[in-house]
Amino acid sequence: MTRPVHPPPAVLAIRGAALVVAVVALAHTLWNGVVEPGHALAFGILVAVGELARWGALPGEREPAPLGAAGALAYALLGRSGGQDTAHGVLQVVTVVVAAQLLASVPHVARGSGPGPDQAARRVLAVAFAALCFQPLHHSGRSERWFGEGPHFALFLFLLLVLTALCDAVLAAATAGTARPFGPRLRDELRALSGIGPAVGATGAVMALGVAVVGLWALPVLCVPLLLTQVSFRRYAAVRTTYRQTIASLARSTEIAGYTPHGHARRVADLATAVGRELGLPGPELTVLEYAALMHDIGQLSLVDPVADGATTALAAAEQRRIALLGGAVVRLTGVDPAVAVVVEQQADPYRDQQTSARIVRAVNAYDDLCGEGVKGSLRALEQLRLGTGHDYQPQVVEALARVLARGGLTRAGAG
Amino acid sequence: MRGISGAARALILCAVLCAVGCALPALSPGAHTPWGTLGLLAALHLVCELPGRCRLLGGPEPAGSGSFFPLLLAAAFLLPPSAAVLVAVPGALVGRVERRPAAARRIWRAAQLALTAGAASWTHGFLGGPVTLGGVAGDTLPDFPYALVPACATALVFSLVLAALDGAILVTAERVALGHAWRGLPARSVGPHLVHALAGLMMAVLWRSSYGPLSALVVLLPMYISCWVFAQYHRRHAAHRNTIRALVQAVDIKDGYTRGHSERVGRASELIARELGMEESRMEALRFAGILHDVGKLGVPTRVLRKDGPLTPEERRVIELHPEYGHEIVRGIGFLDEARAAILHHHERLDGSGYPYGLAGDRIPEFARVVAVADAFDAMTSTRSYRPGRPVPAAVEELRRCAGSQFDPRMVGALACALDRHGWSAAANTVTSDEGRTGLPRQRADVRPPATGPADRPGRPR
Repeated sequence: MTRPVHPPPAVLAIRGAALVVAVVALAHTLWNGVVEPGHALAFGILVAVGELARWGALPGEREPAPLGAAGALAYALLGRSGGQDTAHGVLQVVTVVVAAQLLASVPHVARGSGPGPDQAARRVLAVAFAALCFQPLHHSGRSERWFGEGPHFALFLFLLLVLTALCDAVLAAATAGTARPFGPRLRDELRALSGIGPAVGATGAVMALGVAVVGLWALPVLCVPLLLTQVSFRRYAAVRTTYRQTIASLARSTEIAGYTPHGHARRVADLATAVGRELGLPGPELTVLEYAALMHDIGQLSLVDPVADGATTALAAAEQRRIALLGGAVVRLTGVDPAVAVVVEQQADPYRDQQTSARIVRAVNAYDDLCGEGVKGSLRALEQLRLGTGHDYQPQVVEALARVLARGGLTRAGAG
Repeated sequence: MRGISGAARALILCAVLCAVGCALPALSPGAHTPWGTLGLLAALHLVCELPGRCRLLGGPEPAGSGSFFPLLLAAAFLLPPSAAVLVAVPGALVGRVERRPAAARRIWRAAQLALTAGAASWTHGFLGGPVTLGGVAGDTLPDFPYALVPACATALVFSLVLAALDGAILVTAERVALGHAWRGLPARSVGPHLVHALAGLMMAVLWRSSYGPLSALVVLLPMYISCWVFAQYHRRHAAHRNTIRALVQAVDIKDGYTRGHSERVGRASELIARELGMEESRMEALRFAGILHDVGKLGVPTRVLRKDGPLTPEERRVIELHPEYGHEIVRGIGFLDEARAAILHHHERLDGSGYPYGLAGDRIPEFARVVAVADAFDAMTSTRSYRPGRPVPAAVEELRRCAGSQFDPRMVGALACALDRHGWSAAANTVTSDEGRTGLPRQRADVRPPATGPADRPGRPR
């Protein structure tokens, strides 16, 4: 991820809005006092504990604090407790969530690993949205008149949940901080909702209903399953990391065997994903692209003698194709998405017969081969690629590569 | 129903008869069985089971048998024992089974779950649980926190009955020794079952409340997602194993001799580990160490690996670098830590004359001592293009001869015991030559020619 130095205006607007909402809510609560302090305290503790569960979050985790999110949602959608109506309003919900987040972030900030301002702003605004949709209807008695206190009311809560999730996705897309257009980013965010999002939303709604029936005892009982879900997600993320490391090791084996220059696979993978992002490929395709770029040279292991400097670009076309097919055969064994093997097999074909991912891998690989070590010959290499756009490389891919290089938009990822 | 021992048949029949006996009271006229609730729960359980059966919904991995335990526990809370027995039957009868004989396994699973749910429901009723759920008549509120007591007790009984039946079928059908059948079963599953019971309890409370069954179903969503992720985890785990295999396959591309060798060394290492009584996680790591022990050959020039005839000292030095190359290749794989040492040191010898570091005795990591024995055993027993493989007893004899000087006697003894117990299938021990390359008679690259110091592998043709 490349982070721009100055946040774009949309991000600033979201942060500003969250700050205004938080300040107004805090002021209002200080002025009028807390209604039903027991409930406020219980939910505050729940959100704070949930936020503390960020410990051990892996980088790039979508929802590092599911329990905090579920607790905040439940408080926003709470209309009764143990059969009695509750009286807290929208502003008190925001106050409790903000206070709990502030408290929980103290140890995180002390270690320098706190949630970013964007995450906090998103949480505040999404909760305020849910509370604003529900609390006024509940206090005026309309929700009871329209939905009663039966199954229809539960349906109404689930509908609100869907709306809140959409609102959160829009906010997340606006604060994603990449240079991509808003449409693809929103699509990515909506796709990503299929992860832990439904578990969080469902727990939030069920907590609100559970508290309405049983009182505050429902909170600890319902926390446990969600924590279990969080643990399973973390385990899954851990095995995914191991898997990536193994793929990277497989990719590095050609370097150790002396077939390719040091760091070549990693460089091609980083540059190819940057180009893929530039061309607006969606997330799953970027993963395929990354794996294919890492393993594009595996086929060279079948050569008796290494190619000079591992530059397959200089070989005869038939030999290049043979290496590509052999590489594809190895990749098929790895249990990765079969699409990866297809990309590896296609990388020696003329660009008109290739998928977009294969075009990117081919152009970037040729660029890295032509550069050799360092970026001294970068302009000369691009010149060579442009000369090859009649047959070998797609012009759009080469231009995207040139734009990425011009931006210097290459964050060096540590070799896995 | 072929291929099942008589004892197992008797056990399955017994369980089915017990379950039917428990369910009979539900059919009597004065039982007031809540058929609506029962039907809904049974249908739901069936739906939860289907993804495991249907390739389109759940993929190749089943959603794990834990996915619907919350549902069974909720049924135990909501229904009388005679009705709770019936909930799991349809789901279990159509659910996916891993291995044959499928019909017997499905019938057993249905009977097992029926008896477990019945026992759990009886426990809950015995402790006065149903009253604490509230909402039955006249809108009584649930009696929390007291409701947690019968719920947790029910989860314990559920866990115990399930484990007891699991152990019983292992003893009768799989002929597992009595002492091993119940080892760790209840202790491992009590925690998850308590969590499932909490979800089931909340589900039962909401089911009885004014919000109705729909809201109760939502309680299951996090649990179901959790189980789905767990299944994903297993799938990714399998993919990871394949990737490890692909690393080995990459070696095969360069050196046709290792074909199948790595897998067999992994299997032999696992046999030794099992014999030494290692725990599961270390056994897994050791198997990976065995599979990956020669991965460093990727760094050795193909020309040298495939060379016919004797090697020059220079080429020998290059080949002896392969443990270090292997260590370097797997450096980035975090979970392999102990296995990495095995890859680096599998050519060390007990008397200190091995390579790369010349470690001696206990200075050699345990894993490396295991892999060294497994490696030598497979090298001797597999058929190469230039010599036939030796019979297993002769190879074990040779290993015993070199125990103490080259190999750790404890590992050699463990391998001998394991081979006596499990045997060694030589089915895969044939050489398959590389694409189109004919297997010319040639010398194995990493076998020292005679009279150049101690033999790298025992039992070369002399």
